[in-house]
Amino acid sequence: MAFTLYSLIQTAILCTNAVAVLHEERFLSKFGWGVDQGVGGFGDDPGVKAQILTLIRSVRTVMRVPLIIVNTVCIVLLLLFG
Amino acid sequence: MDYTATQKPNMHMGNSSMDGTDGSQLFEDTSGVAAGPQAGYSNQQAGLQAAGFSGQSLLSDPMSNLAMAYGSSLASQGREMVDKNLDRFIPISKLKYYFAVDTVYVGKKLGLLVFPYMHENWEVSYQQDTPVAPRFDVNAPDLYIPAMAFITYILVAGLALGTQNKFSPELLGVQASSALVWLIMEVLAVLLSLYLVTVNTDLTTIDLLAFSGYKYVGMIVGVVSGLLFGRPAYYLSLLWCCAAIFVFMIRTLRLKLLSEAAAEGRQVRGSRNQLRMYLTMSIAGAQPLFMFWLTYHLIR
Repeated sequence: MAFTLYSLIQTAILCTNAVAVLHEERFLSKFGWGVDQGVGGFGDDPGVKAQILTLIRSVRTVMRVPLIIVNTVCIVLLLLFG
Repeated sequence: MDYTATQKPNMHMGNSSMDGTDGSQLFEDTSGVAAGPQAGYSNQQAGLQAAGFSGQSLLSDPMSNLAMAYGSSLASQGREMVDKNLDRFIPISKLKYYFAVDTVYVGKKLGLLVFPYMHENWEVSYQQDTPVAPRFDVNAPDLYIPAMAFITYILVAGLALGTQNKFSPELLGVQASSALVWLIMEVLAVLLSLYLVTVNTDLTTIDLLAFSGYKYVGMIVGVVSGLLFGRPAYYLSLLWCCAAIFVFMIRTLRLKLLSEAAAEGRQVRGSRNQLRMYLTMSIAGAQPLFMFWLTYHLIR
């Protein structure tokens, strides 16, 4: 199991891409994980499901533009250097 | 009973910290000179004068003196800029807290990592809202032991691979990066699970890094005893160290993650406390798994 730092970067990019392509209307709503079903209680205990939904939504909002840049760079580098 | 035990260390810490110039002095001045800062300045002045004298004897040219002064001022400006920018990314002052250790602390902590069963009081004592430096409290996490244990683990892994005739210098780098990647992934997983369970704790990322690094001590003990005495000794010592790290992590994390009532041992109902208990158990249970995973290929 020889992991390198490069494989860690690859894993991070792939996982972030995977979270970014989860579409709200077409996919998450079917599971009951849409926008309107997330924020339920306003107490001090959001619960695990609300935390996951908040995390997914925030990753999609924040990482959309940087992911475009990083993916373009990766594609160009892989095309040039294999 | 716990409150009186922690009040005594607080008073003791207050007295001992008054010995330094201010509360933020983490390191003792062991330079052997009575007035520390004064000696530093006079040494600097003597150094500058010596450089000035040698410059005059080499090139008694005012232009070169000017150039030398300008170059040194540029260098100091550059160093200031680097320091300022580096401090923005890596909190150097916070890191210094984790390296403020001394020999007594390291000895006690290593003993605690291998035999945590007799230790009574696991609370970290505070000093006006900030945790006390590790040299004053054996329960405080530090980064010195994990860093040294990591480097020692890489060297011992190289030694173990050498006994199997599999050693090459690149292999050291491969081992180092592999162990580093597992460490980073473990810290990220713990951070993610702490976020999901919404635990209000004062555990910082560096604290989690320190706790994840403590298992390297057990791994080193296991691998060294396996090299010296063979496979049964490796399994026995690894089992002992795994149990010790498990108990150590549970007792340390219990005070930080669980609520006050649950930490004192009383039964507390509620799904949130149950979730926190599962989280503590899984963090502590992941340590023996990692210890076995990262060392079994070294002993054949």
